[in-house]
Amino acid sequence: MADTKPKGVLVDLTRCIGCRGCQVACKEWNERSVKKTVMYGNFTNPPELNSECYTNIRYIEQDNGGVPVWSFVKNQCLHCKNPACASVCPVEALKKTEAGPVTYNFERCIGCRYCMLACPFYIPKYEWEKAVPWVRKCTFCSERVANGLVPACIKVCPTQTMYYSDFDGVRAEAERRISQNPGKYVSHIYGKEEAGGTSWIYISGVPFETLGFNMAIPAQPYPDLTWAYIKKIPAVIGVVIAAGAVSWAITRRNKNMDKEE
Amino acid sequence: MKSEHEEIKMWTPTTAFLVLIMIFGLVIMVYRLFKGLGAVTNLSDRFPWGLWIGVDVLGGVAMAAGGFLIAGAVYILNMKKYRPIVRAAILNAFFGYLLAATAITLDIGLPWNIWHPIVMWQIHSVMWVVAIHVVLYTSTLATESSPIFFEKFGMEKAAGFIHKIIVPVVLFGVLLSTLHQSSLGAVYLIAARKLSPFWYNSQVPTLFLISAVMMGLSMVSFETVLSEKYLGHKADIGILSGLARGTLITGVILFIAKIWFLFSGPGIPAAFNGTMEANMYLLEMIVGVVLPIILLSMKNVRENMKSIFFVDILVISGVLLNRLNVSILGVYRDQASTGFSYFPTWMEFVVTFAFIAFAIIGFKVSVKYLRVFPKTEAQH
Repeated sequence: MADTKPKGVLVDLTRCIGCRGCQVACKEWNERSVKKTVMYGNFTNPPELNSECYTNIRYIEQDNGGVPVWSFVKNQCLHCKNPACASVCPVEALKKTEAGPVTYNFERCIGCRYCMLACPFYIPKYEWEKAVPWVRKCTFCSERVANGLVPACIKVCPTQTMYYSDFDGVRAEAERRISQNPGKYVSHIYGKEEAGGTSWIYISGVPFETLGFNMAIPAQPYPDLTWAYIKKIPAVIGVVIAAGAVSWAITRRNKNMDKEE
Repeated sequence: MKSEHEEIKMWTPTTAFLVLIMIFGLVIMVYRLFKGLGAVTNLSDRFPWGLWIGVDVLGGVAMAAGGFLIAGAVYILNMKKYRPIVRAAILNAFFGYLLAATAITLDIGLPWNIWHPIVMWQIHSVMWVVAIHVVLYTSTLATESSPIFFEKFGMEKAAGFIHKIIVPVVLFGVLLSTLHQSSLGAVYLIAARKLSPFWYNSQVPTLFLISAVMMGLSMVSFETVLSEKYLGHKADIGILSGLARGTLITGVILFIAKIWFLFSGPGIPAAFNGTMEANMYLLEMIVGVVLPIILLSMKNVRENMKSIFFVDILVISGVLLNRLNVSILGVYRDQASTGFSYFPTWMEFVVTFAFIAFAIIGFKVSVKYLRVFPKTEAQH
């Protein structure tokens, strides 16, 4: 049965075992190559998302009273409800689809990379080494989703770390898990409010700020920030034209009175 | 009609050097087209915009603000005093915009798609607003400066037609410039939490506009003095003093605005906390705003060509530094937080210098062969 509600995903970080199956599945489905990495003292590999890697697992070791505790954080585009990247794109190459994914259309892109500046999560990546570069980021497997399949990373996850449902459904599930398991989760749903709400949200047993999440992201939808300027443009047009015409008329009269020219 | 400046010597050592830089820059541009941005620049996923956006585009457009200011003063406010420099100011702005447009084309990943915003509208995007303004205002500047070319080729009728419609054209140019200068600042409204609070606030578009006006006036003055020095054109000290007064007034407005946003943003003590951002903010403020205000408030400074020229350099450096601060240094801490860093490659520098060289040579050639400086004051 076709479900037309916008999709969402709840990432339950208490379930992830860090197997990186999602990273491999993502590469296979999206036909991504690899980039050479070197040992740098952390298991997160590659250390940052890049144009060949749409999702990775951050490995975070914390000390709990002398006992090492590992956290694994799946990292990918959060597919904001009101995405900054799509709102700043001058040609609508990036677009929030009805189904939930924020998709990229290379045919429209001019390569200005404003999306990269705008994204508060530093998600869009660029093919710097290519003469014909694409913006690259997680697609939320939009083609799979459109055909009723679950995204590749979710399909292979052995521990059901990701709960795939609709936008409101994943929020309800997050609330339910937190309230039904007292003490298991911190009382914050990351992405519920951040940047005006995201389609991918997170719950965690450890405070998000210790897992590399940016807690300073405002709850205001990002597109509002620039719209505050753009919506004033018609008024500016009116004022400048009126002021210009009036000053021209006045100074014109003065000039004629001078009779110099 | 002939230019009064055909005696200008074309091939001086400086010109030869500038041409050499231009050729070098051109080679790098071609190389960039075939090898991609990564081969030429130090840009990365964390530093998507660098020197070309900061200096060539943001700086170049601000430098070109003189065009709409002088055109507006002469054709709309009927300030006849500035008539002798109006053509030079418009022509310089035209070169500035051509360069900024070329720089953007070179900087975007897919230059052959540069026309997309014209047909693919996305009115929620400041970048779309910016793109449309570049197209419209460059065309407007071409129209405003076309009489110079028409005259050269004896097309008096065409020149006369432009003269008839010049007032609405100039007014349109003033409108486009107001919007374009401010929209370049509005680009950064989306960089909440990325851009340091020294530069991020809801009025960054207004601050861009005010500082562009200050820069534009100084730039026109700067070019007028340079024309006197190297192109043998007699500069009128009355015009320079007038421009200096305009720079002073704009500087005071900019100073008040900047202090207000410092006070209501990070707080005034924050400017003295010794961080890189605070120091850059202070530098930009002292060089580009405070010193020019102090100097220009003295009457003898405003009436001496040499001292005006010195202040012009201060203002131009200060506003350029501001654009660099907004585009690179102000976002540096946030963008570099995962070990990324950015410093332009020598090739990015060469291309930037090549653009500047083109502007200088383009203007020189124009002064030599076209009537950029019409004889007006001499006839009285």
